[in-house]
Formats: sequence, structure tokens, C-alpha cells
Amino acid sequence: MIPSAAISDAMYVLAAVLFILGIKKVTKVQTARVGNFFGSIGMLLAIVATLLRMQFDGAGIGWLYIGVAAMIGSLIGGLLARFAKMTAMPQTVALFHSLGSLAAVLVVLSFEMTAPSSDPFIVFTAWLSIIIGAVAFTGSLVAFGKLQELLPGRPILYPGRTIAVGLIAIATFVVGALVQMHGASGATGMHLLYMLTGLACLLGILLTISIGGADMPVVISLLNSYTGLANATAGFVLGNTALIITGALVGASGFILTKIMCKAMNRSLVNVIFGGVGAQKQSSKGSQEYSNLKESSPEEAALLLDSANSVIVVPGYGFAVAQAQHALKELFEALGKKGKDVKFAIHPVAGRMPGHMNVLLAEADVPYDKLYELERINGEFKNTDVVIVVGANDVVNPAASQDASSPLFGMPILNAHEARTVIFIKRGLSPGFAGVKNSLFEADNCRMLFMDAKEGLQQMAKEFRET
Amino acid sequence: MIELFALITFFILAVFVGYEIIAKIPPTLHTPQMSITNAICGIIIVGALLAVPSSEPELATILGAIAVGLASVNVVGGFMITERMLKMFKRAK
Repeated sequence: MIPSAAISDAMYVLAAVLFILGIKKVTKVQTARVGNFFGSIGMLLAIVATLLRMQFDGAGIGWLYIGVAAMIGSLIGGLLARFAKMTAMPQTVALFHSLGSLAAVLVVLSFEMTAPSSDPFIVFTAWLSIIIGAVAFTGSLVAFGKLQELLPGRPILYPGRTIAVGLIAIATFVVGALVQMHGASGATGMHLLYMLTGLACLLGILLTISIGGADMPVVISLLNSYTGLANATAGFVLGNTALIITGALVGASGFILTKIMCKAMNRSLVNVIFGGVGAQKQSSKGSQEYSNLKESSPEEAALLLDSANSVIVVPGYGFAVAQAQHALKELFEALGKKGKDVKFAIHPVAGRMPGHMNVLLAEADVPYDKLYELERINGEFKNTDVVIVVGANDVVNPAASQDASSPLFGMPILNAHEARTVIFIKRGLSPGFAGVKNSLFEADNCRMLFMDAKEGLQQMAKEFRET
Repeated sequence: MIELFALITFFILAVFVGYEIIAKIPPTLHTPQMSITNAICGIIIVGALLAVPSSEPELATILGAIAVGLASVNVVGGFMITERMLKMFKRAK
């Protein structure tokens, strides 16, 4: 008879293959839904394999506890997935990260209580996985709090912050080293692990609380990577291939997104984590006075659009906050009916998480092949008649490429200023996240439409249909 | 029990696989991709299940059961929300 361990291991391999295929298929829009389906089947296989192994190993399955826990968890997960708003996607993902990481910590603690290994490498992965998991747990919770606006979005800074973070980090790793020397077994070993968990939780809070709301795309990507690594290291503790392979896949993918986001903001990862940049800049931003502003009206904007052939829309997060998706769709359809060529230029950090704006526009029924990323569209602005900037600010600030003294300098921007005319829909002259003046407002080809994003787009659509 | 060295090999190879398959993802799909990898992270449910055998409950079992609950939120929520997002992506007619 084939041993049950071999059967479940084979099923784990199959699950890993399905995860890899699933993730691969999610890199193309046409196959993405199939990919998601593959992923969920892989998960089902892994769960069944585990239950089979437990049944035949003689350990048995604690059906009651598992059943109750799984039912409650699935219900909560289902409700969150069903009712979360698309604008709230970043905090929902952050919450999932948080719960998944906590689960990894609990699993490792549970195994160290019942079957601690004395192998030095396993002990190493045990305390490492507790540190990564606990940091990701509280870090994601803080990120959730900031995105949900339960906590202030601005960086929370206090004197001696770097020292405090440094000390806690050192203390965490000292306890980790103690675990390594003593081993995780016995009462002392467990006490050390509890202490480690507490310290790492604190570290996660301290690291994330000082990061500003604008840097959230980086933070979420990084936490995604951590969650994966926590799983992989936990996999070593359990000697479980499914956990190791899956954790490594996710760790790598989160890391790629982190790199892309850092590049899009022209920041290094170290700078995002230890910078607290938003706060310092706002105190020294200098002049916010504007001259040569040309105020426009929906009527004028409609006339400009009427005589234009090509239009590029640059949406920012503010457009989603204003719930302007439907209004944008109206304008998009009206422009299409009159044969205008309309494209959307999406800056990589145009939302609160990587690719967030694309999802928000998909929700507004904008076809995804009308969305262009920065590299693909930046050459087209100079041949474009009208650019509509709505809910965005820093990502079209020409200072980023022209003014070496600007805090934005070096950040890749969308070259909206090169278009023949720019219509800037904005409620007032308040600065963007970087807290700096936007020189585009004063440019000769820029018209300011001081309105709420939703109202502005609606009225433009209305006027445009009547012209 | 698979040898430790084999496990480390799996880990390293999987990092490379992960890097290769995701490196070329278009920005349009960044959010769904993070959302599906997040769902897949719910694989920790495997470890959580193993921590809940049919023996008399003790602290370790209870921690395992809590982990099962947390991981279920992650798995069910993650795959469902990814599906909900992907359903919205449409091509131009």
C-alpha cells in the first residue's frame, strides 16, 4: 500500500503547480479568471491532502474545532469580499495580510508547544518566522488603520524615533539569538518565544506608524512579501513543502511589486521605511502662492473638448474619493460617440496600492485596453489636444523633471504639461501629498476648473453633449 | 520526512519561479495579482489544520483552531475578492 504521506505529498506538488499556473494566468487579463480558479482548486487540494494525512497518520482530525473555526472565518471572509468597496481594496488586502500573518505566528507557536525540533536550522526558521509574521501582523494592522482612517494618515513622528526602532529591533534579535542557543523546547523556550512575539509585534507597529499615507503602495507590497516569507519559514518548522513553495512564490512576487513602487516614487526602500518624509517636507515647503492662474468653466472645457481630436485623462486617487467613476464614464461615452480618441494615463502610484486605479476604472466600465502606463503614453502627450487631470496632483508636477530643488525631483511623472491644453479639475489650490507647489497650474496651456471631481466631470459631459 | 536540504532547494527554486512568472505582469493587474497571492498565502491553513488533531484540546490545539479561522478569512475572502475584481475588467467593444 502506498503510504499516506506520499499521497498527500503528491497532492501538495499538484497544488503548488496549480498555484504557479494560477499566478501566471493572472498576469494576462484574458486568462486571469481561470488563474484565480486554478488557485482556489490548488487550495482545496492542499486542504484535502492535509486532512487525509491527519486521518491516516493516526493523529485524527479535530473536526469540531476545525469546523467551527473554518465556518466563522469563511463567513467573515466572504462578507468582506462581497461588500468591500473597490476604493477600500487596499485596506481590505492589508487586513487579509494581517490575519494570514497572525495565523502563521500561531501555527509556529502551536508546533513549538507540541513537537519542538532541536535541529539548529529548524530552530532558526522558527524564531525567524515568528519575527516576520508578527511584524507583518501588526504592520498590516497599522496600515489598515491608516487606510481606513482610524489612524492619522500622516507619518507619526516622535523624538528619538530611529533610536527607539533600533533598540526594539536589536532586542528582538537578541531574544531570537537566545532562542537559537537555548532551543525552543521546554518552558523557558516557550517564554522566550512569547517574548519574541511581543517584541516583534511592537516592532511592526513602530516601523509602520511613521510611514505616510502616500507611501502605502510600497508598504502594502512589502507586507505582502513578508506574509509570504512568514509562510515559507513556518513551512520549514513543519517540514511542509506546500507552505515552503507557496510562501517563496508570494515572497518573491511581493518583492517585485515593492521594487516597482519604489521606482515609481523615486525612493529607496530604506528611505520609505525610515524617512518619514512627508512630514518633514510639509514644514519646509516654501511658497504656495500662485500667479497667472486661468480659471475655466464647464462650458469652456466642453468647447475645448469639442474641437479636440485626441484626449488623455489623468485620474488620481482624489477622483475615486469623490466617487466620480460614474461621471467619468458618462464623459468617456459622450466623447466616444463624437469620435474622439480617448486614453487614460495611469501613474504607477495613482492609488493606494499597486494597480489600484486600474481596478477603479474597471469598476467604472472603462475598457482596460484604454489604460496606458507611464512609459507607453508619455511620448504621446505632445501630440494630444486636451488632457484632463482629475483628482491627481504630484504625478503631473513638471517640477519633478525641471526643478532640482523640488522634493519631487527625479520622480517619474506623466508629461501632461506637453499637451496643447490641460484642464485641471480640482476643488482648490491645496498641495498634493508631497506638500509642494505644482508649477503646471501656472503654465500658459493650463486651465483650472475649480470644482469637485464628480460635479466637474458631470457638468463637462452635459455641456459637451449639448455643443 | 523529507530532508532539510531538499526543502531549502524547494524554497530557492520557488523564489526564482515566483520572480520569473511575475516580473512581466502589466500594471493593470497589480492589484488582482496581489490579491490572489494574498489568497494563496492562506495556505498557512494547512499548518493550522495539522495543529488541530482529534486529541483532548490543549493550548496548542486552541491556537491552531484560531489559526484555522484566521486563515479561512484569508482564503475565502482572498479568492472571492479577486474574482469580483477580475469580473469587472472589460475590453473595448
